[in-house]
Order: sequence, then structure tokens, then C-alpha cells
Amino acid sequence: MAEEVEVDQEVYDELIAAGKSERIARAKAKAAAMRKKKAAAGEQMGPREASAPQAPAPKAKAAAGADAAEGGAVATKSRSGDGNGAGNGALTPQERQARVAAALQQKGGGGGPQPGRSTKLGGQDHTHRLLAMVPPTGIQQIRGKQDDKVYTWPHLITAEFVCLMAVTAVTTVFSALVNAPLGDLANANLTPDPSKAPWYFMGLQEMLRYLHPMVAGVTLPTVFLVGLMAFPFMDKNPSVRPENRKTAYTIFTFFLVFWAVLTMAGSFFRGPGFNWVWPWVDGLWFTL
Amino acid sequence: MSKIPSPTDVKKRVQDNVIWRSVFRPGSIYRKGYRDTSRDRALAAMNNVLYHLHPVKVKRHGLKLTYTYCLGGTSFFLFILLTVTGIFLMFFYRPTAGAGSEFAFQDMQNLDQTIQFGALVRNMHRWAAHLMVLTTFLHMARVFYHGAYKPPREFNWVVGVILLLLTLLLAFTGYLLPWDQLALWAVAVGTSMMGYTPVFGQQVQFVLLGGVEIGPETLLRWYVLHVLLLPFVLTIFLAVHFWRIRKDGGISGPL
Ligand code: HEM
Repeated sequence: MAEEVEVDQEVYDELIAAGKSERIARAKAKAAAMRKKKAAAGEQMGPREASAPQAPAPKAKAAAGADAAEGGAVATKSRSGDGNGAGNGALTPQERQARVAAALQQKGGGGGPQPGRSTKLGGQDHTHRLLAMVPPTGIQQIRGKQDDKVYTWPHLITAEFVCLMAVTAVTTVFSALVNAPLGDLANANLTPDPSKAPWYFMGLQEMLRYLHPMVAGVTLPTVFLVGLMAFPFMDKNPSVRPENRKTAYTIFTFFLVFWAVLTMAGSFFRGPGFNWVWPWVDGLWFTL
Repeated sequence: MSKIPSPTDVKKRVQDNVIWRSVFRPGSIYRKGYRDTSRDRALAAMNNVLYHLHPVKVKRHGLKLTYTYCLGGTSFFLFILLTVTGIFLMFFYRPTAGAGSEFAFQDMQNLDQTIQFGALVRNMHRWAAHLMVLTTFLHMARVFYHGAYKPPREFNWVVGVILLLLTLLLAFTGYLLPWDQLALWAVAVGTSMMGYTPVFGQQVQFVLLGGVEIGPETLLRWYVLHVLLLPFVLTIFLAVHFWRIRKDGGISGPL
């Protein structure tokens, strides 16, 4: 265990009595003990409450940099009309320029860092001067709007868990009801008619009807696969909105439908001799 | 033994236990003092093995069922389900064929008829496999229609195509294993096309079949591919796929 941290028992008991949780009480009591100890040692502590948005920098610092604070801070202070912290507090380029000009004037025309003036915050006014050089759009820019986000736990994990349960349930129930096929023992001398590939390759087998086996079995699948991988690099359109992507939608949908039609034709509409059949008339030659 | 401890007492004691605390890291929802606050929710994600997969926060729109339709997730869950049921099947299956040693086919019959839960697990493995091929296809389509393959996600799309290919190969190699007429001839149709590969067609076919035609060697070869090599490779690509989703800035969109 780590070494014990002192706890202000009085504060702790008080908070527990007030119905606070054990963790909160302990944390606050620890902080109280620490504060007492520091105060006893005569250490100055930053006033925590004073760092709220309204207040200026901590007192100690402010005193040391009093001279610098007057002129220097002006250019970066938030817009007065905005109310503190409201909006994004950004200045328009004109406003910023006006403020920089005013600040420089106040300092008597500016000039480089003056040696011997403020000591502790010697660089401070210089920094503010530099800000005038920053492009009018600002230093930090937030591109796009802030994402609307939620916690992974519990939101995403719950959704995933539900999905996992649903997948398991559907598969289990379906498997309890429908048996997987098992034919006769494999026999290389007894070719069934028709012989069909698994459904996900039926598109290829259907193409075999019309094309040379090399084209249907090797060339076209390779072209499809490579084309599929290359697609993101060929589609230079940055938009993701359907209305801006008519060409891409058309191409992809065409291939999707083309593929689906071939697969279904081969699966459901091919019978003995791999000839065309109507499943509702001649029956179905399809096994999963 | 003076008084029976209340459930709350028991819970408290269990959670205060050294072992319990060593298993569940600070912030775990199973640890004492978990509260439903932003801080603890963030910690719950951060101090969990799932942090390898998920960031602390995700985009709200990505949670909507109609964005991903949970298709990628479903493909992944099916893969897990297939691994679990596949391990069960491996206990009862020998990839052996040929006169006098038709174990593969006999083992399938045993699974279906005599082994406790054999038929159910075999069915689950079979149907989940078909379903995974389907959901992976659909996942690809949904990614396409959302333009989710656009920069910076181009490479993850490529990884995805490889995953699709591996999924198909897994399904196809598995299809041969029952060693029935269905399996033999489906594979015969599929592999005959490979013989037409320009220049080294014969060699490609020979390596894949372990001979000039489908036989017991093919069965053993495809068995090893199916239970070991392909799942191994798929897992690696899955890791890259999931990692890239995070590195590419999480789920794409909103549209
Ligand atoms: C074994 C097969 C696959 C698994 C398990 C899988 C899994 C996932 C998961 C869980 C996601 C998160 C979002 C979602 O569920 O939609 C995802 C995203 C993605 N997947 Fe897959 N995937 C597979 C195959 C594919 C394929 C075939 C492609 C495309 C050809 C693909 C391309 C992508 C892309 C580009 C993303 C990012 C989408 C976005 O940011 O909206 N994946 N994948």
C-alpha cells in the first residue's frame, strides 16, 4: 500500500455526517489537512476560487507584473460587448488592429523589450507585442464544429452488447430450427447435376456461362478486386453527401446490382445442365 | 458467526478484497465506489481492456442504428461466434478422407446424430458463416454509400477489401470440410477456374489442391488453412482495421 496521507478527521466526520460519500469526504479531508499543513508552514497558496473566469491572474503574479499588465494585456482581452466568455470571444481583424494600436500608444510607441523594467515578467509585454504579428485569424483555430460526443461506457458498450446478444440469439434459434445440409459421401466419380459453387461464388459461375473461363474465373475477379481497392484513390470528390456523389453512386450501384443479379440467376434459375429454369415451375437447385 | 451478513455487507467485503481490487482497476464499474459520473464513465473506458478498441468518447451520430446498422460489429461478433463454435467442432472432427479412412464424413454424421449439441453447434457454425459473408458485403456497401472510404480512410477500405477476401476464403475452405458430395463438387467448380490463371495456372491449382485433383491431401490442406492460417491472418488484419478506425478519427460522418 502507498503511504498514508493525512486526513483531517474533523472535516471528514463533518462531511460524512452531511451525507457525502466516503470518497468525496476522504478527498476533501485530505485537501483540508494539506491546506492546514501549508498554512502552518507559512506557505502562500493560490486562491482557487479566484481563478474563475471573471478574475484576473492570481494576485501575487499581478502585483509583480503590474506595469506590464496595463498596456500588454489589452490586445488579447476579450471583446467588451461580448460579456465575459460568451461566444468565442474572437476579435475581428479591425478590432484587433485598433487594440494593438491603442496598446502600443499607451506604452509610448512601443520599442523592444526594455531592460531593467519589469523583472519577473520581463518577457510578458514582448509576448503581447508579438501577438500583433499573428495573422488576423488567430493562433488557434477550431476547424469545423465541435463533435457531439457521448461516453463509450455506457452508451456504445451497451449498444454493442445488445447487438452481440441479438446476433447470438438469432443464430442459435435459427440453428435449432434449420439443419445444415449433409449430402452423401464425396465421390469423385459421381458428378451431381448441376454442380454449384457456394452462393457467394455463384456470380462467377454464372459468368462462366457467357465468358471464357480465364476471363470469368481469373481476369474479371482480379479486375474487380483491384478496382475495389483502388476506388478510394480514384474518387477525388471530397463530398460525402449523396446529392454530390451521383457518379460514384451510379457506378457502385450498377456493379452491386449486376453482381446480385448474376448471383441470384445462378443460385435460383439454373437447373440440370446449368440450364435456365423457373424455380416456381421446375423446382429449386440451391443448397446453402 | 453471530449474525448473517447482509448482501450489501457481502458486496462490500468482496469488493474490498485484495484480489478483487487487483483484478478491477480504479474506475472499473465493478469496483467499490463507482458512480455514474462523467469522471467514472471516462475511467471505466480508460481502465478497461476495451480501451485498446474504443476511445473514451464516441460521436453521438455513430451510435444511431441507422448509421452503421452495426454491420461491421455484427461481422466481428459472427467471427467470434464462429471461432467458439469452430473450436467445439474441432474436438470431434478429423480431416481425413480416402478409402478405409473416411473420418471427416463419419465425424460429420456423428456430430449430427450422436454428439450432444453436435447438430446445434454445427448448424450455428454453418449459418453464422453464411451470415458473416453477407454482413461483410453489406458492411462494405454501407461504408461506400456513406463515402466513409474517403481520406483519411482510403487505406482502411483497402484493409476492408482484404478482410472481405479472407472472409470468402474462410467460408470456401470450410465448405469442403464435411467431405460430402455438396462440398466436393462446389469446390471442384470453384477451383477449376483457378487452373486458368495465365502462365502458372497448373502450379496454382497444384499448390491449392495438394495434387492434380481434389483428394484427401486437399482436405488436410484446406483444413489447416481454415482453422489456422486464414483466421490468424484475418485476426491481424482485423487488428489493423480497428486500430485504423480510431486513428482515422473514429467513425466517419455525420453526412
Ligand atoms: C471481416 C470483415 C470486417 C469486419 C469484422 C469489419 C469491422 C468493422 C467495424 C466494427 C467498423 C466500425 C463501424 C461499423 O461497424 O460500420 C468498421 C468500419 C469500417 N470498415 Fe470494416 N469490417 C470488415 C470488412 C470491411 C470491408 C469489406 C470494407 C470495405 C471494403 C471495410 C471498410 C471499412 C471502413 C472504410 C470503415 C470505416 C467506416 C467509417 O468510419 O464510417 N470493412 N469495420
